[in-house]
Amino acid sequence: MDREKIKELIEELRKEQLEEGDILIYLLHRIQDHYQSHYIPPEVGEMVAEELNVPTSKVYEVLTFYTMFSTKPRGKYIVRVCTSLPCHVPGGREIVEFLKNELKVDFGGTTPDGLFTLEETGCLGLCGVAPVVMINDQYYGDLTIEKMKEIIESLRKLEGGDGK
Amino acid sequence: MTPITVLISVDSNSILLGAREFANYMKDLIKEFNLDPIVTVLETVSLGSYNGVVIHVLPDDVYYSVKSKEQVRKIVEEHLLKGRQVWDLMVNKELIRPAEKFEVKEVRIVTRNIGVIDPRNIEEYIARDGYFALSKALQMKPDEVIEEIKKSGLRGRGGAGFPTGLKWEFTAKAKADQKYIVCNADEGEPGTFKDRLIMEGDPHTVIEGMIIAGYAVGATKGYIYIRGEYYNSVENLRKAIQDAYEYGFLGENILGSGFSFDLTVRLGAGAYICGEETALLESIEGKSGRPRLKPPYPPQVGLFGKPTVINNVETIANVPQIILNGADWYKSIGTPNSPGTKVFCLVGDVNRRGMVELPMGVTVRQVLYGFGGGVRGGRELKMVQTGGLAGTFIGLDKLDTPLDYDSMKNHGVSLGSGVILAIDDSHCVVDIALNVMEFFRHESCGKCTPCREGTRIACEILERMTKFEGTAEDLDYLRKIAEVTADTSFCGLGQSINVPLLSLIDNFREEFLEHIEKTCRANVCKAVLKKPKVQTK
Repeated sequence: MDREKIKELIEELRKEQLEEGDILIYLLHRIQDHYQSHYIPPEVGEMVAEELNVPTSKVYEVLTFYTMFSTKPRGKYIVRVCTSLPCHVPGGREIVEFLKNELKVDFGGTTPDGLFTLEETGCLGLCGVAPVVMINDQYYGDLTIEKMKEIIESLRKLEGGDGK
Repeated sequence: MTPITVLISVDSNSILLGAREFANYMKDLIKEFNLDPIVTVLETVSLGSYNGVVIHVLPDDVYYSVKSKEQVRKIVEEHLLKGRQVWDLMVNKELIRPAEKFEVKEVRIVTRNIGVIDPRNIEEYIARDGYFALSKALQMKPDEVIEEIKKSGLRGRGGAGFPTGLKWEFTAKAKADQKYIVCNADEGEPGTFKDRLIMEGDPHTVIEGMIIAGYAVGATKGYIYIRGEYYNSVENLRKAIQDAYEYGFLGENILGSGFSFDLTVRLGAGAYICGEETALLESIEGKSGRPRLKPPYPPQVGLFGKPTVINNVETIANVPQIILNGADWYKSIGTPNSPGTKVFCLVGDVNRRGMVELPMGVTVRQVLYGFGGGVRGGRELKMVQTGGLAGTFIGLDKLDTPLDYDSMKNHGVSLGSGVILAIDDSHCVVDIALNVMEFFRHESCGKCTPCREGTRIACEILERMTKFEGTAEDLDYLRKIAEVTADTSFCGLGQSINVPLLSLIDNFREEFLEHIEKTCRANVCKAVLKKPKVQTK
């Protein structure tokens, strides 16, 4: 993303701004949505700081504090698995184990093919259909190991793999 | 209006069961059969029963639960086209709503429009007395509005239970050139999804409540701070705010009263701690969400250093109905010290998971068995956690505790955010304790040492126990860690970890001791031992 694009985006978000300074996190969301590997490159973070006239350190603090942001490239699909108790109780523990084994990564890890990043998340507020996983902006609920396997395989196939 | 209306639940929970697809398919079929002159399909939000997508046909008042497109087709072909009800897909009304014979009647105040109106249509909200309370409030003096809320006894529904009217009064009395209303929609307490459904199912109630609060305390700007992961709620709220501006309920000179109010939505970015009110303010200001030292409290020094009211979504959603019907009406519901209703989220090992609004003072058993239909799969209930993850774990002996703001003080059972999590006998107490502590360790912001280190040490001890490597001293140490962390932490997060941990140790001490003897009655901890090593990056 170049400086012009960022300026444009700031211009757009200013319309929803009530006070100076209240759009930083919102802006970072919008910028990150732009990148297929779900991250904000360091130089873009610096540009944001310059354009919003805030210290670069402040932008970095925000980027590294919140779990939804990343300063390093992540997989094309971010698999966010809920590890909270309401998902843990009706079979979530097994889903977590399955995902770690299937993707062969721990939380925070990315598969070597760059397809998946596994992350743990707190409650997603979908406990009516727990256990729940969120992949990018899609939710999947009432999961069983079979269903989870199908979802991962279908995404692999979508990316031209054989599903395995 | 067409003679037949079909309401189909398209909320976040239902979408996962195919609701969006079913709704589109149904609309297509209705066109295909030329039924559009007599049938209207409306998308709404369901309160419960997530065994299938709920379809409600009016005026026949028949409920269906569907799991596939074929079943949708059957309903269109049989019921809508031929007028024959499809018995095998019908669900008993009692499964959607609490049974009539259920001793506690559902009272719908904050959920009154959910499942009834199309949340994306402001006119449907207006037709259900929407924005009437705003018009009434604008004809009252601001201190009369505060007085009414104070008299109603409304208390914060986010968990802490602080009297809402008092909070408003403090903010109103503070002198400043700018004040703010902030709606805390950073719903992150595990098991809680009431705020999400309120925002998805009836966003205008939240907006109306915030404008009234703004008028009462003299605030002209408002923020709804919502979780970054709540895509559907954000969408509905944005649409609703836009419509409210168009209809003149937001912006300059609202309804000719001379009062102006601007409202916008801000997203979180995955931090549980931002549910803590001062951390939330930091986050709106574009900083990392670390809590502030209190006092000063937000009503004096809040957002951007100005007096600020912060209320939970459910609290705000109560406001329009109190203004409309009066404090005396509100006080006639619930218990004297906790007036009104509470929205409960029933989750875990129960037959029917979902959300229900009941008067304060209802017992855990009534919600669990009356609404939830008991434990699923014929297993035995082992324990229940009430109030969210920072709430208490209780054994079967405390099921008849009435839930209100006094139940913690009187019975050691927390009301919290209204979660009731049922856990059956296939689960291990130590594993549950570890899960709870891992959550807090993960979400601790790291600002203060007791919370950062306390949660870490608690996890280490519990992990040892699940591997059968714990000792008797460990159990005492664990208790001490919980107490010290709670006593010395900076904010509510660390201060509350003793509640779940000590209630588990006290109520299920035997099982902890069994782990020291290297047995796990639920056979869960053995499984952990076998866990294959995973490669880390």
